[in-house]
Amino acid sequence: MQLTYLVVPLAPLVGAIVAGLFGHAIGRRGAHRVTILGMIIATIASAIVFFDVLQGNYYNGPVYTWLMSGGSRFEIGFLIDRLSATMMLTVSFVSLMVHIYTIGYMADDPGYQRFFSYISLFTFFMLMLVSANNFLQLFFGWEGVGLMSYLLIGFWYTRPTATYAQLKAFIVNRVGDFGFLLGMALILMYFGTLDYAAVFGNAGTLAGSTIEIFSGHAWSLMTVICILLFVGAMGKSAQFPLHVWLPDSMEGPTPISALIHAATMVTAGIFMVARLSPLYELSETALSFVIVIGAITALFMGLVAIVQNDIKRVVAYSTLSQLGYMTVALGVSAYAAGIFHLETHAFFKALLFLGAGSVIIAMHHEQDMRHMGGLRKYLPVTYWTTLIGAMALCGIPGFAGFFSKDSIVEATHLSRLPGAGFAYFCVTIGVFVTALYTFRLIFMTFHGEERFRSAAAHGHGEARAGDAHHGGDPHESPAVVTVPLVLLAIPSVLAGWFIGPVLFGNYFGNAIVVAPAHDVLAALGRHFHGALAMAIHAVTTLVFWLAVAGIATAWFLYIRRPDLPGVISRKAGFLYTLLERKYGFDELYQWLFGNGAVLFGTGLWKGGDLAVIDGVFVNGSAKVVGWFAAVVRRLQSGFIYHYAFAMIIGILVLLTMVFLA
Amino acid sequence: MLLGFPLLSLAIWVPIVFGVLVLATGSDRNAPLARLLALTGAVLGFLVTLPLYTRFDAAAGGFQFQELVPWIATFRVNYHLGIDGVSLLLILLNSFTTVLVVIAGWVVIQTRVALYLASFLFLAGFMNGAFSALDALLFYVFFEATLIPMFLIIGVWGGPNRVYAALKFFLYTLFGSLLLLVSLIYLYNVSGGSFSLLDFYRLPLPHATQILIFLAFFFAFAVKVPMWPVHTWLPDAHVEAPTGGSVVLAAIMLKLGAYGFIRLSLPIVPDASHTLAGFVIALSLIAVVYIGLVALVQADMKKLIAYSSISHMGFVTLGIFIFNAQGMEGAVIQMISHGFISGALFLCVGVLYDRLHSRMISDYGGVVNTMPVFASFFMLFAMANAGLPGTSGFVGEFLVVMGSVRESFWYAAAAATTLVFGAAYTLWMYKRVIFGEVANSNVASLSDLAPREFVVLGLLAIAVLALGVWPYPFADVLHVSVDGLLNHVTLSKLP
Repeated sequence: MQLTYLVVPLAPLVGAIVAGLFGHAIGRRGAHRVTILGMIIATIASAIVFFDVLQGNYYNGPVYTWLMSGGSRFEIGFLIDRLSATMMLTVSFVSLMVHIYTIGYMADDPGYQRFFSYISLFTFFMLMLVSANNFLQLFFGWEGVGLMSYLLIGFWYTRPTATYAQLKAFIVNRVGDFGFLLGMALILMYFGTLDYAAVFGNAGTLAGSTIEIFSGHAWSLMTVICILLFVGAMGKSAQFPLHVWLPDSMEGPTPISALIHAATMVTAGIFMVARLSPLYELSETALSFVIVIGAITALFMGLVAIVQNDIKRVVAYSTLSQLGYMTVALGVSAYAAGIFHLETHAFFKALLFLGAGSVIIAMHHEQDMRHMGGLRKYLPVTYWTTLIGAMALCGIPGFAGFFSKDSIVEATHLSRLPGAGFAYFCVTIGVFVTALYTFRLIFMTFHGEERFRSAAAHGHGEARAGDAHHGGDPHESPAVVTVPLVLLAIPSVLAGWFIGPVLFGNYFGNAIVVAPAHDVLAALGRHFHGALAMAIHAVTTLVFWLAVAGIATAWFLYIRRPDLPGVISRKAGFLYTLLERKYGFDELYQWLFGNGAVLFGTGLWKGGDLAVIDGVFVNGSAKVVGWFAAVVRRLQSGFIYHYAFAMIIGILVLLTMVFLA
Repeated sequence: MLLGFPLLSLAIWVPIVFGVLVLATGSDRNAPLARLLALTGAVLGFLVTLPLYTRFDAAAGGFQFQELVPWIATFRVNYHLGIDGVSLLLILLNSFTTVLVVIAGWVVIQTRVALYLASFLFLAGFMNGAFSALDALLFYVFFEATLIPMFLIIGVWGGPNRVYAALKFFLYTLFGSLLLLVSLIYLYNVSGGSFSLLDFYRLPLPHATQILIFLAFFFAFAVKVPMWPVHTWLPDAHVEAPTGGSVVLAAIMLKLGAYGFIRLSLPIVPDASHTLAGFVIALSLIAVVYIGLVALVQADMKKLIAYSSISHMGFVTLGIFIFNAQGMEGAVIQMISHGFISGALFLCVGVLYDRLHSRMISDYGGVVNTMPVFASFFMLFAMANAGLPGTSGFVGEFLVVMGSVRESFWYAAAAATTLVFGAAYTLWMYKRVIFGEVANSNVASLSDLAPREFVVLGLLAIAVLALGVWPYPFADVLHVSVDGLLNHVTLSKLP
């Protein structure tokens, strides 16, 4: 079995290396065959591991010792339990779907082999991240997926917007990693190891410890550690206020948006907090912090999605909002619900992105929804699968998203932690917002009049591939695109029905620890009478009617009265501008940190290095020497009588001194 | 000596002897012969250092492979060599880098080829001497001798402003090391006429004296590292130096300073080292943050990498002066890693400079379109410079941050800002040079890596990845040496 654990990450790695280094030699077909073969092996191996773990098996062991230092042993190793096995299966399955889809989506792209190499390498890092048994390996995977995200956002490297977005993504993530690294340092300092099992085992004994970050202020050690680690999660999972990179990451090709910026990488932060539940349970302050950050992200990023016109950006802001939901779930100690939403979201959000990608292909790389409409009859498979994804996202009873999201809302309702009340408000309103922007997307894209026929409508979103076949009706994408859509649509419905065992059946076992006082899911479980009963009961709840109201509002605004949105945006000028400008964070950060750092750096360089250190001290002392030499030089006049005179004076002075002494 | 070979002497004298042979080839008509000889010397010089690693006893404390021959009997100066784990890694790095610079200068240097190549061989020998000397005067001689070839390399094959840069480099470092000489002579007198470092280690010294000696040492070594605020010679020297000069300067010469702290300052004046640790740490952290910001705004690639070097060397001095094993081992690994990475980055800039004769970022853009293989290597080294896990750049920074948090949370926090700054200045430069549409007709005419360039960068890429993925064997030789040093430093030497 240990060999199987190794095969899961290594198969994609081998595929990536072959496609990356020998892409020229093996050609396009060779590249996608070798990487997809690697992914198939990884998926099968993950499935084997998953079913093995379901039997109650468990593994925690090292592969090799990375480094020894200062009495601490840093290892590369695997922790295979239900949490990691579930993640491994999800990651490899979604990645496999995306690999297949890419054959169609990137068909005409000159960087075909490079792309396959990147996404396989990404999968390797992601699998290393989720299967780690220690913080160091988690961080290795963590930064590795960041690197791949960077490379893939900027995949079309000739575009200035893409290279800007990739740099922004990497640096913002590094701000998060800054926190993570410090959290890791404190863990090593207090626990003497970075191994999960050893840290969790001793966490209880350090629960009451304090640390003085500012002297005189004793803070709970666990709170400090958990918040620092969570800063890392805020970067990776794009939580407010480090969310700014995710919308821009849509500059990358759509398969990447689906794989990295929806289904897997951005959920790494969620996974990390769930993995570290034994630590987070020891600090209510940290949990409250998590709740509030998640709640802000859930509601306010959802609001932005309402005013976006780029189809991918709508889905991107939706992802931010849904990540906020997951974060809230973590904060209220409903880790299982957070992970469950992560899983269902992985399927339906990957589906929505790939559906959007299919639309973009049909529209010849047009992404503006104002230039779409009425596509339903041209793209039936895309339409129906995307609709399933949309229903799941809105939480329509029966679809996967319903079960996971509804349990998050209910769990938040039950939580007694500070901040939970605010979060309940945010996630409830968020349901209406979600339904509104999701069906706005559906209606603007697939229903209504066909706005793409006007000549001006052909913008150039991902204008790179496939520009050759303009003209004629849009037509459905090839099978390599639609088959993954269908395969993702299935779990987007069915995955939710596992809610009973996953949330209330102690599915995760010891992988997730919840303090009895925080156990909202147990309380929720007492009212749970099966998934079907939950779905039927839902029609009597506020949340359901909010979702219906959202859909109805979208229908009214974009089908019944398409003239209204324009009127509203003009009337609500300030509010609309605020949302359209995404609350101004991009400008603020660019101004404050981008320009600020350059200005400050220039000041230090010109003022410090050049003016003071070189100008005054280095060249200054050289000038002093030169000046001194110039004065002394006058004494060396070259006239014998000057020297003779000086000698006589010198002798007189000496004699005087001798005699007087 | 095992098998009777004086391995350390070989490590020092093989390059020097070959340097003399190379010089003997004379004029540029014999350049092909000079190149061949130089390569042979460099490769042999590297091969003779390998047994040092394989035969090194990682479990033994003290100095190994010792050689002791009287040199200037009148003053009891000895030719006394010996290494511990720290010196071992630096000698290996030095000999490895010398091979690379000889290959890298193969076609680029066409004038006074013999002198150029001989300078590097001499430099390699002197540096190995400094890293293995156990006699203070011997150390000083080697330490100073390294200045001469480097002065020539910058002064003869440098850029337009080479004379200013070479003089600044020479005077800056010479001024520092004169104070070093004075202190060594003082120690000679106090110790009753011995230049042996091992005697100096046992010598009790009053606190005030220790402080003075520490400051004298500090000036010599801080200039070499270089630490803020005595760093301004480095950007000028790098900008004017030919590529090979920059590589050796960054990869090895800077390490002499940090090595001096480890070999001289800490064990000879431990009490003063403790007293003044806060001061050194403050300067180190300023280097990380201040220099990180300065690096961000550089328009010249070489200057940017030079500032980045200073910032990364800040980790080395920080790691040394927090007095714990993780910090110290992190510092040494950071030195090795910085040798690989900064060397590689200077070579990358050299690759571009050889083609377009410009180091200005604004003269480039979209290089990936014409040089995809080069762009991939450059990406790897840029990421390593930004400290990505899996590359060597991460290991040292990680250990130093882990170690410094034990001293103070704020040390670690200030040091960890390099995650952001390092990524920002490196990747921003990379973006402007490599990505985008082809910026101009010069970039359009670029040709991708030649086989020789590919080999050099490929070897460094392997080194960067090997140290990143499995640092264990590198750190393994350090543990006993570092523990021994730290134990020594905790013992007060006050009389």
